[in-house]
Amino acid sequence: MTKSETLDKHQDLTAETTTSRSPESMSAVVWRRFRRHPGAVAGAIVLSIIVIAVLLAPLSPYDPVKSDIKNRYQAPSIEHPFGTDGLGRDLLTRVLYGGRVSLFVGVMVVIITSIIGIPTGMVAGYFGGWVDNILMRILDAALALPTLLVLILLSAILREADVPYLKSNSVMTIAIVIGILSWMTVARLVRAIFLSLRETEYVTAARALGASTFVIMVAEILPNGFGPIIVEATLGIGYAIMIESGLSFLGFGIMPPTPSWGNLLSNAQSHLIEYPWLAIFPGLMIFLTIIAINYIGDGLRDALDPYKVFSKIKE
Amino acid sequence: MTTTNEQQPLLEVSGLKTHFFTEDGVVKAVDGVDFYIEPGEILGLVGESGCGKSVTVLSVMRLVGVPGKIVSGEVIFEGRDLRELSDNEMQSVRGNRISMIFQQPQSSLNPVFTIGDQLNEVYQIHENLDKKEATAHSIELLRMVGIPDPEQRVNSYPHELSGGQAQRVMIAMALAIHPGLVIADEPTTALDVTIQAQILDLMRDLRSQTGTAIILITHDLGVIAETADRVAVMYAGQIVEQTNVSGIFERPLHPYTQGLINSIPVLGELKDKLDIIEGNVPNLINLPPGCRFAPRCRPRKEYDLTICSESIPDIRPAGIDHSVRCWLYHDKNQHQAPLSLSQISPQW
Amino acid sequence: MGQYIVRRLLQAIPMLLIVSILLFALVNLAPGGPLSQYSRSRRMTAERAAALKRQFGLDKPLAVQYIVWLVGNDWMAIDTDGNGITDSYGTRKGVLRGDFGFSYNTREPVLNEIFDRLPNTIYLMTVTLIVVGIVAIPVGIISAVKQYSKFDLTATTLSFMGQAIPEFWLGLLLILFFYAILENPFTGESLFPPGGMYTIGEDFSIWDRIHHLILPVTMGMVGWVAWYSRFLRSSMLDVKNQDYMRTARAKGASERKVLYKHGLKNALIPLVTMFALDFPYIFAGSLYVEIIFSWPGMGRLYYNAATARDYPILLAVLIIGAVIILISNLLADIGYAFLDPRVRFD
Repeated sequence: MTKSETLDKHQDLTAETTTSRSPESMSAVVWRRFRRHPGAVAGAIVLSIIVIAVLLAPLSPYDPVKSDIKNRYQAPSIEHPFGTDGLGRDLLTRVLYGGRVSLFVGVMVVIITSIIGIPTGMVAGYFGGWVDNILMRILDAALALPTLLVLILLSAILREADVPYLKSNSVMTIAIVIGILSWMTVARLVRAIFLSLRETEYVTAARALGASTFVIMVAEILPNGFGPIIVEATLGIGYAIMIESGLSFLGFGIMPPTPSWGNLLSNAQSHLIEYPWLAIFPGLMIFLTIIAINYIGDGLRDALDPYKVFSKIKE
Repeated sequence: MTTTNEQQPLLEVSGLKTHFFTEDGVVKAVDGVDFYIEPGEILGLVGESGCGKSVTVLSVMRLVGVPGKIVSGEVIFEGRDLRELSDNEMQSVRGNRISMIFQQPQSSLNPVFTIGDQLNEVYQIHENLDKKEATAHSIELLRMVGIPDPEQRVNSYPHELSGGQAQRVMIAMALAIHPGLVIADEPTTALDVTIQAQILDLMRDLRSQTGTAIILITHDLGVIAETADRVAVMYAGQIVEQTNVSGIFERPLHPYTQGLINSIPVLGELKDKLDIIEGNVPNLINLPPGCRFAPRCRPRKEYDLTICSESIPDIRPAGIDHSVRCWLYHDKNQHQAPLSLSQISPQW
Repeated sequence: MGQYIVRRLLQAIPMLLIVSILLFALVNLAPGGPLSQYSRSRRMTAERAAALKRQFGLDKPLAVQYIVWLVGNDWMAIDTDGNGITDSYGTRKGVLRGDFGFSYNTREPVLNEIFDRLPNTIYLMTVTLIVVGIVAIPVGIISAVKQYSKFDLTATTLSFMGQAIPEFWLGLLLILFFYAILENPFTGESLFPPGGMYTIGEDFSIWDRIHHLILPVTMGMVGWVAWYSRFLRSSMLDVKNQDYMRTARAKGASERKVLYKHGLKNALIPLVTMFALDFPYIFAGSLYVEIIFSWPGMGRLYYNAATARDYPILLAVLIIGAVIILISNLLADIGYAFLDPRVRFD
């Protein structure tokens, strides 16, 4: 080999010794890592199927509310894959409509908790001092009450109150009520992030460059929190669905005739043994939805924060 | 592997290979390591971060965790091959005949136990002492390593100690049962420079007092110069040069060692640019076929040697008590240096 | 340490006051107070309604009502027959003296109702939590020690399932399966009772109690086991990779000792803290378990009271719940400091 060929060959070797990839966008990286989790991917598929199915609910030939006594308590069959309920209504249709309600509540609750919780956490974490103190006292007071019990109480009270908007919009009401009692976790998370990052050097640098407080908070620090916030929001949907179902099951959530997975289960109790499908299917939907969401959340957590930087900040 | 003395070395490692079987491939962290240490000697193990120094000594202690595995080699300590011992037998060697201290002393101590408890544990494991006897010994140990007020200190928790004190405690734990060998993996890297000097002094003193041999791992050549008797230089999972401490500074043979010594800035010497070794350490999953240092080796480029990229040289003697792994000093069949020393290293 | 506890307790008091005021206001501003059941009766006239209001002291301003609730009215004159003229002193002693008023439904003292049910809930929840501990702790430890093994992967999958399954659905399924479908192969009877604490009319027998406990405890424990075993697993994993574990091995400790002495003590600290925070559940019980299995406990009491709008009971349970939560937060912090020498009070 000539000298230049030798040198060329060794330059190749040198090049290989450095690990350089062409730069990938952040979302591509996250997606790649997410894809590595079979559970998360399966969860995403299952959830998509469920969402599409409930969106297609209006395509059902059956009415979810009108009764058809002739056909009551039919076991699952080809015409009624999930059977029929005590009023002869097709259960699959009711389950799909119920899914719309439950999913809506889930997403709405997360939106509400984010609207309340994120700014609260930001302000408490960034400013510290007495502001933090007061906000945290409020948070502690909200946490000092047993959540489920207060939800039941609030629901009972609102039911008696003749507020016209709330009465006709029990779905939104429930979402608001649950949201008001669930913002604390997000707030704590965001506060922890802001507390730990406000003294970092790039924040000081931004301040030195004259950036206003608001800009620093939103543009510099908050983006660091997107990962954990998104994970928390995802899991929050599952949590909200669980709570709503529970409340509806108890009779303090979504009121009939509007179907929700929870109140479908409640209806199933009286004839549980004779007509078990009434209980099996709605509960199964809750289970599948939540487990899919949990797997997705887990996958997102690893995709967005593989080195678990933020889980250590949480405390 | 010849040694200077006729008595058997305390520890002799030959052909040690420890590989990590990861999702991304097999990482050959230690790939053919040979060295020895005599009783009472301080051997410095030098190399850059990631060259395999820690994995080497963890392999000696058989503390390498999954996905790592010692693939081949012999580790002869006090006449026995440690690789052939059962788990129980190895446990009785650790902390007893060979001890180890680590880089971050404060996180190396269990935060929920007092330092007295942790010192006592060594006695409880190996000498079956009860708490009272063990505590008495522990207090003496603390005194020996220079911890003031040891009777009180035994009841302290690790977070109450400074870095230097914590490292002294680790040294005390290591010396409790008078081991023949102490392995110190970068014991001073995490400490302030002044504390560093104190700890090194302590280690030298203790060596004189107790006759314990020490393997001192560091990337700091200054520490080597002050403390070591002999030195082994590691690069990319292999020992590339081994000699006594004056030899390494006065007559470094391996181009890597030369590069290291050259890059030390010298007080009073004016230079425009610092000498560096160009290039980067190789990826341990995809190693080049020949000598691992070849891509960065200046003499190879100058002398246009092709054998360097084709096969890995063995480590061979190249002088009194001096061995080196380099084609510059021998070819495949001979023990003689193909090029005279003055040709390769004109500055020496 | 004593100072710290006192300080925390003092801080808790204003918190409790605020919480109680909020709850009291909420409950009383809501329509449907004690008179709602009367307002539907046809014999209610405006005069009678006003008289009733005066009788119950509901005509007074809310702040006064709150004070009465808090400290009683046996020191002030009230109107017992509702005719607008005060005639005697009140009989209520107020919450601070242990008088939570009377149930709207049963007219029994609220505290009596609560103490009737409380032991049953504590009984059920204690058994449940013991079972949770027995299952979750070993599973968590083994999952961590044998990370990614078949056991670990199975346990993780089961945990996901356990956390996703709605408790109330699980209860229904359990009844369906173990009461309705499965039968005792010899007698053809159901394997398990569908509810209740014990078989009515029979003498006390341990087996009967256990028989009645199995399904409710199973229903209650699934979610907890799923959560705690994963939590302990991640806690142990954090600990497993700590430097001091390596030091312990280098000292010659056996692997078992390293794990159980050095590792577990550190890993249990967060667990104990979490558990202290979950402590209130022993009292509030699991609502769903009690409802589905007809367990006469606090949860069911609250549910029935909510359905009947029996506000004194609701208020009392909530206040007691808040007190317990605040105490358990304090216990969690103290426990944490006690176990972890790095945490000291500032």
